[in-house]
Amino acid sequence: MKQPETKPSDMQHLSVAIQRYRPEQDDTPVWQSYQVPYDDSTSVLDALHWIKEHQDSSLTYRWSCRMAICGSCGVMVDGTPKLGCKTFLRDYPQGLKVAALANFPIEKDLVVDMSRFLQHLTTIKPYLIGEPSLVQAGSASAGSDQPSSAALQPQLQSPEQVKRYQQFANCINCGLCYSACPQFGLNPEFLGPAAIALAHRYNLDSRDQGKAERQPALNSKDGVWSCTFVGFCSTVCPKGVDPAAAINQGKIVSTMDGVIQWFSPKQLDATPQEPTS
Amino acid sequence: MKQLTTDVLIVGGGGAGLRSAIAAAEAQPSLSIHLLSKVYPMRSHTVAAEGGAAAVTLQHDSIAAHFEDTVAGSDWLAEQGVVDFFVKHAYQELVQLEHWGCPWSRQASGQVQVRRFGGMKTERTWFAADKTGFHILHTLFQTSLKYPSIHRLDEYFLLDLLVHEQAIVGVLAIEIASGELLQILASSVILATGGAGRVFQFNTNGGIVTGDGMALAYRHGVALRDMEFVQYHPTGLPGSGILITEACRGEGGILLNKDGYRYLQDYGLGPETPLGQPQNKTMELGPRDKLSQAFWHEQQQGRTIQHPQGDVVHLDLRHLGQRYLLERLPFICELAKAYVNIDPVTAPIPIRPAVHYTMGGILTDAHCATSIRGLFAVGECASVGLHGANRLGSNSLSELLVFGKVAGEQAAAHCSQTKVSDAVMQELTDKAAGPIRQLRQGDGTEQWADIRQQLAQTMEQGCGIYRDEQGLTASLLAIADLKRRYQQLKVGDSGLAFNTELLHALELGFSLDVAEAMCQAALLRKESRGAHQRRDANYTKRNDKNFLQHSLAYYQEDQAPRIDWQAVDCSMMPPAARLYGDAAKQQAASTSEKPV
Ligand SMILES: Cc1cc2nc3c(=O)[nH]c(=O)nc-3n(C[C@H](O)[C@H](O)[C@H](O)COP(=O)(O)OP(=O)(O)OC[C@H]3O[C@@H](n4cnc5c(N)ncnc54)[C@H](O)[C@@H]3O)c2cc1C
Ligand code: SF4
Ligand code: FES
Repeated sequence: MKQPETKPSDMQHLSVAIQRYRPEQDDTPVWQSYQVPYDDSTSVLDALHWIKEHQDSSLTYRWSCRMAICGSCGVMVDGTPKLGCKTFLRDYPQGLKVAALANFPIEKDLVVDMSRFLQHLTTIKPYLIGEPSLVQAGSASAGSDQPSSAALQPQLQSPEQVKRYQQFANCINCGLCYSACPQFGLNPEFLGPAAIALAHRYNLDSRDQGKAERQPALNSKDGVWSCTFVGFCSTVCPKGVDPAAAINQGKIVSTMDGVIQWFSPKQLDATPQEPTS
Repeated sequence: MKQLTTDVLIVGGGGAGLRSAIAAAEAQPSLSIHLLSKVYPMRSHTVAAEGGAAAVTLQHDSIAAHFEDTVAGSDWLAEQGVVDFFVKHAYQELVQLEHWGCPWSRQASGQVQVRRFGGMKTERTWFAADKTGFHILHTLFQTSLKYPSIHRLDEYFLLDLLVHEQAIVGVLAIEIASGELLQILASSVILATGGAGRVFQFNTNGGIVTGDGMALAYRHGVALRDMEFVQYHPTGLPGSGILITEACRGEGGILLNKDGYRYLQDYGLGPETPLGQPQNKTMELGPRDKLSQAFWHEQQQGRTIQHPQGDVVHLDLRHLGQRYLLERLPFICELAKAYVNIDPVTAPIPIRPAVHYTMGGILTDAHCATSIRGLFAVGECASVGLHGANRLGSNSLSELLVFGKVAGEQAAAHCSQTKVSDAVMQELTDKAAGPIRQLRQGDGTEQWADIRQQLAQTMEQGCGIYRDEQGLTASLLAIADLKRRYQQLKVGDSGLAFNTELLHALELGFSLDVAEAMCQAALLRKESRGAHQRRDANYTKRNDKNFLQHSLAYYQEDQAPRIDWQAVDCSMMPPAARLYGDAAKQQAASTSEKPV
């Protein structure tokens, strides 16, 4: 954790209320308040560390990278899903309330059960499907004394082709969008924003031939059609993935599938481009 | 206690663990493979790697050149046979990842792009914007879902190895959610538990990088090799230590002291290169150890800049322009904005060195096997011999892949379960559960947070960029004292479910052992080499006569480790001076370029 140069006693303090739930002693979650020293750089995660190290060592939360890339530290801050490590106390001069991510079962304090989320990710087959085309990428082959002649070579993919799916490949699996999604709240079987965005990522990849294999799950009642297009998922996403756009485009593909299966399979490639955002 | 039997158990869900799991599954689809990790695999710290992964790619590059850069970068402490194998296989592994969907950055022609990296003669670093580790990790994780024989044990914490007559028979773990113990019987076990950067105060590592696997193998008698070599990365953010990737300098970023002067030219890395024309192995593209040391000297001479969170220098990217920065270094722009409130388009980023990488680790042979039969180690927790005294940036992501594959295949091939009686199993498990039992019952007065804080401080003070006998001795004494206090730990949280305080206490126990091995090896290496720099009068130079050797630290209960020495494989390229900047060019001109 950060070690501010100034002593905590000289620093300003802020009231941080935390929703606690200890399964072995609490029947329902309870709120507890702490006064936390902070400066301009103190994140919500730093505040949790400070409480754990100085006030209550049993406070429980997930974290690792503290740089907004591992996706561990999602929490509700004043009712909005946020990454604890990328949310700063300086932006809450009146104090703040921290609770476990909504729509997931709470395991303990700020830790929720993510197994359903993982299950949904797995359902949509998030990997390249189909034999790689063994294109010899010309001069990209390695330098003079590279061993093995019949070795694999990279497939070609233009920067524009990368751009088509790149945004959807930036998901850090933090689950914030599931907390923001009223549909997932009502129906945990709903594949949900991140899983659909990930399916879309592979469907849009020029190297993939698995769209047909992913379609049944996407097209099922718990797939894209569950979404009522609230769009809050994209608002809360800390990585600009825009899962709502993926879902919307998925709906168009699914509709076209129904129509297109009578025509040549080639037209399936008419996947809409993602809107520039 | 729950029980489970498997063929191959992999501990660690980072790049190394996932790559070995896939390799084992592909080698023998009929085997049962379990991947155990204390966090979900995609949270592993591989996710934070920004810059890229190295492999010889361009026509004008060569395997020999990558070999030379790596061996020279290691200050001749790398195992040359291992380096040779590595440089020959790295390219295929990166292509394999491409076939698994990794979104590598591309040239307009559709071919993979490569970028410059510190200490490398030629552009050979593959990258996926500035989130290479993130994309590699997610590609591997998602690909691993294809294999029905890979079963995951997410959020299980490894407590100990079960070793009988020098052979692995399984492990003891704890299910974090319930606090319940799990005994796993396995024919082979791969440790892929990552580094130990968190034993230092300022570091670029995630909270989980606490040296667990290293400490466990070590306690069972496996040597930790070259532990004194800890890499400082020259560009971490002040306060948090969050990494600002070397790719910033590869793309042309420059380092300035408080006078706006490019001070690296004063440290054997010059001459100054024109703005916007970075040159391999020169100035800002010198190796990490030299750059971090230059910072230290500037700081001593009062030429660093004062920042609310300590002394810094400036990393200036402004001349690259907004468009280029957003295309090539979007994550850096995001991090600088969030954590130091700087927009690199308009202002320089304050940076300082931070501990980054543990070159040393669990001693293995070239096939990732340890001295315990059936126990393998790979990735940052291991010392297969690739990095020697200093790792070159972008070699380790490729290492995870190249040797992850080796480890997976070796573990799959080694599938002869050592038979042990139930009574022996019971006894081993009972012993393995000792530390957690003790912590759960412990009724002392010590807090893990205090001890950990003091450990990090003493490591920074005594075992930092520059070391001397006095400082190292003081740190060893401090660590011995902290270990005594550790015995008096009180875990305040008495719950079973998701008890992170208990896990932190266990991690601290691991960190203390690893830190001690680092200091002891550093004390006995009475020379300066790569990342290990001594200030004592007679030790400021490399001393090949006495120290062209690996250190091996062997665990001893209740005292600092015994240090042994092991010969280095220098069979292909004899030791020479390690030079950068113009000095290297002069040397190259006067000797033959390709000794391999
Ligand atoms: C910020 C940063 C940037 C980097 N950038 C680059 C780069 O650009 N290029 C490059 O080549 N290298 C880079 N590196 C280095 C490289 O990323 C790491 O060396 C590498 O990712 C380590 O991978 P690993 O698989 O060995 O370990 P990790 O990815 O750290 O994974 C360790 C795994 O072990 C598990 N584990 C540990 N202890 C236990 C336990 N007790 N019980 C159960 N599970 C456990 C963890 O849960 C985790 O899954 C960077 C490192 C950092 C910190
Ligand atoms: S889509 Fe965005 S909010 Fe949802 S899990 Fe991915 S990164 Fe998080
Ligand atoms: S701690 Fe990794 S995303 Fe916040």
